[in-house]
Amino acid sequence: MRRQDAGWWLLILPAFLLMTAFYVAPIAQVLAISFTEPAPGLGNYERLFTSESVQRVIVTTLRICILTTAISLLLGYVLSYRIALAGAAAQRWWILAVLVPLWISVLVRAFAWVTLLRRQGLVNETLIATGIITEPLALVWNEFGIVVGMVHYMVPYAVLPMLASMREIDPRLLAAARGLGASRITIFAKIFLPLSMPGLLAAGVLVFIFSLGFYITPALLGGGKTLMVAEWIGLQILDLLRWGLGTMMATMLVVAILATLAIFARIVDLRRIFGGGGA
Amino acid sequence: MMAHRPGWFARISAGVVALYLLLPISIIIPVSMTDQRFLSLPKQGLSLQHYVTVLFSPEWLGSIWQSFLIALAATGLAVVSGTLCAIGCWRLARRSTDLLRALMLLPIIIPSIVYAIGAYRYFAGLDLLDRFLGVALAHGVTGIPYVVITVSTALAAFDPRLEQAARGMGASLSQTLRWVILPRIMPGILSGGIFAFIHSWDELVIVLFIASRDVFTLPRRIWDGINENLDPAMAAVAVLLVVFTTGLLLLDLALRRRRAE
Repeated sequence: MRRQDAGWWLLILPAFLLMTAFYVAPIAQVLAISFTEPAPGLGNYERLFTSESVQRVIVTTLRICILTTAISLLLGYVLSYRIALAGAAAQRWWILAVLVPLWISVLVRAFAWVTLLRRQGLVNETLIATGIITEPLALVWNEFGIVVGMVHYMVPYAVLPMLASMREIDPRLLAAARGLGASRITIFAKIFLPLSMPGLLAAGVLVFIFSLGFYITPALLGGGKTLMVAEWIGLQILDLLRWGLGTMMATMLVVAILATLAIFARIVDLRRIFGGGGA
Repeated sequence: MMAHRPGWFARISAGVVALYLLLPISIIIPVSMTDQRFLSLPKQGLSLQHYVTVLFSPEWLGSIWQSFLIALAATGLAVVSGTLCAIGCWRLARRSTDLLRALMLLPIIIPSIVYAIGAYRYFAGLDLLDRFLGVALAHGVTGIPYVVITVSTALAAFDPRLEQAARGMGASLSQTLRWVILPRIMPGILSGGIFAFIHSWDELVIVLFIASRDVFTLPRRIWDGINENLDPAMAAVAVLLVVFTTGLLLLDLALRRRRAE
């Protein structure tokens, strides 16, 4: 280290110390507890293979996450396609329509969905009033409610990386193909879709890892019956005081997320996912 | 040459998706102005009674004030440490600082539930549970990534020769920071501050674990409200929050536009 660099290193120091003392240390402790409580060893990890309830939570979480990711990508792609091909002035409005939901409190959104979907909610009341159904439908406090709420949360996150990669597509390419007589569908399938693939993949990774550890929306819209991993961990720690089991699952969650990132780091430029600013 | 525009199918389906995103959020506006005493659309007329309930309730006001102070403290912590860190990493630009920057992004990647249970245990040992300081610290460190990202983006557009010129003419490090670097990246810092503020203001998962009675933030009160009694006052709170967040977001967009010009 050269002497004139010392000052610049000093600038990094406060963030490094804060992060180590108040972020990394608590998480390292979680990892440690999973091996030491209630007894030292791999006892908690054995449960992954023996406990049916542990396995059920993992399967439920994976099922909901894959479904959420697939639907969010589809809806997000449609939206990004529309935005990418819109004129400059229209684009600004469309982007606002994506950013506003992105920054609105997740609690407010879950509350809105409860208002709409519960038994005496606006959707059921409207359907009954118009005579389409006679009995209210179970739209929330089950897996359906969780997926509706989670997709609603994830679509803006899916749009941002996809839109960024679609904007790199040269519009003259599309116009030229059109001029040469290609149909809309051919242009989309042969030019647009392949060129937007990096963004689609990046969005998929982002939505999937965000969904894995999601707590608030599944807890509020799942009604305690459909448990996903995050809520299950909270339950172990706060209500059952089973620290070993809770921290084991937390460790697995971190491992799953880091593994997903590591695998896709070979195919996707991770800066597409996390770099380039908040919006 | 004609620009390629979306066809009718793309237009209609994108419109439907946009409705799915925006409609549920907008529906709480009429619900909050219902004249009924339960969660519903207005029947006879509009009423602001539920806003009055919220704005004159010591519990709601107390939580709003507490959340505001915590968010302010957490933002200060995140902005100062995050900005300095981003500048240091940008100037040194080597493998080790790339790793440090990646470390700073961890709070975005690792789910809050994992940090929340860790902090629950760790803060107990430091006597920081259910304390203003504990929550502000937890929100501050988890807010650092937002600042590091926005400030790094702003620095990427900054010509490093300006800094070298200032140093070459004998400016000290703190003079270079204050007169050359900081003014240039101010919009990025403000943007990071806004995101760090919203992060703390909305944060619930960590609070559920490291706070209980004395620290009862606004998200915590909303969480209890949704789980216990779904009354129209909740819709009024939700609308106030949406207005507040949208205001901050528009402020950020205005700042970005100014930076772009």
